[in-house]
Amino acid sequence: MNKLWELYIAWFKMGLFTFGGGYAMLPMIQRDVVEKKKWATEDEIMDYYAIGQCTPGIIAVNTATFVGYKIKGIAGGIIATLGVVSPSLIIITIIAAFLTNFQDIVVVQQALSGIRISVCILMSVSIYKLAKKSVTNIFGITLCVLAFVMSYFTSVSTVLLVVVAGICGIIKGRISHE
Amino acid sequence: MSELLLMMWEFFKTGLFAVGGGLATIPFLQEMGQTYGWFDVDTLSTMIAISESTPGPMGVNMATYVGYTLHGVIGGILTTLSLVAPSIIVIIIIANMLDKFKQSKLVQDVFVGIRPFVVGLILAACIDIFLTTLFDFSALDILNKISWLHMLIFVIGLVVYEKFKLHPILVIVLGAILGILLGL
Repeated sequence: MNKLWELYIAWFKMGLFTFGGGYAMLPMIQRDVVEKKKWATEDEIMDYYAIGQCTPGIIAVNTATFVGYKIKGIAGGIIATLGVVSPSLIIITIIAAFLTNFQDIVVVQQALSGIRISVCILMSVSIYKLAKKSVTNIFGITLCVLAFVMSYFTSVSTVLLVVVAGICGIIKGRISHE
Repeated sequence: MSELLLMMWEFFKTGLFAVGGGLATIPFLQEMGQTYGWFDVDTLSTMIAISESTPGPMGVNMATYVGYTLHGVIGGILTTLSLVAPSIIVIIIIANMLDKFKQSKLVQDVFVGIRPFVVGLILAACIDIFLTTLFDFSALDILNKISWLHMLIFVIGLVVYEKFKLHPILVIVLGAILGILLGL
């Protein structure tokens, strides 16, 4: 019971302070889920993100379900997911009910431009940490650059790209196991 | 009532077929608006703007907004739950399989390829935030193409964040306060 509550609160916080989609959640996951609570390792989070990319649904929600399930089974998965969507439910309902021109309010715009800089700071550190762990050799560098180029400059489906990366991993495994 | 059920079904389908981030839900919403006339293009763009400027995953924010506008608090809750239901089902099935196959050499090899790849994907997804926040491409001369104040805050913030190991939430809150104080 206690663990479920802990899961709910942790993911509620994550939903509350994530601006701009599931990737922006990464710094918080690294700090709270990996370093503080030790619910998952950095590698596992990467795997969840990869799987979240090529399975249906929103990445943030998928990652919450994964971690919740790992810690406390099906109930954990459901509770973590409810935690991550609860802040949205509350905040959006309030905004929709009371503020018709929310995004035109000057203070909101100013706060958001400040937050955007914060997101840049957090993301650069997170990406650097990840790169240091998994982009360690020429194989990793090639795949990382390839992923960036293909996903930023072309419209090839991410699902297909992730599958190809997996196949590259298998081929590399075959070669180095021999 | 039947419209509420229809809405839940539509959002369940969106959750089931939108692969990738919150942005992937936009085409589905567009189609929903056209088919059922629940909202027009203007409302959709307002929805996207609000979702982008509030915390939480964008797809969830949009589902709540649509549900609330059409059917009040209950509508918002039901559309949101419908949107995340497929994720919960699919991910629990996969997590189950992953546990079983984790020891397999093949699965480990697959992830050796995927991990560095995901770093590239994340970089691609974030690069536009970096570019629009720290640079101003509309400026005429080269020197002004960098938003100096933003860049300065970014660099100082980066050093402070790393040196004092601040909590990410504190960084977000400080950013918001600085934004208001400096009128960014």
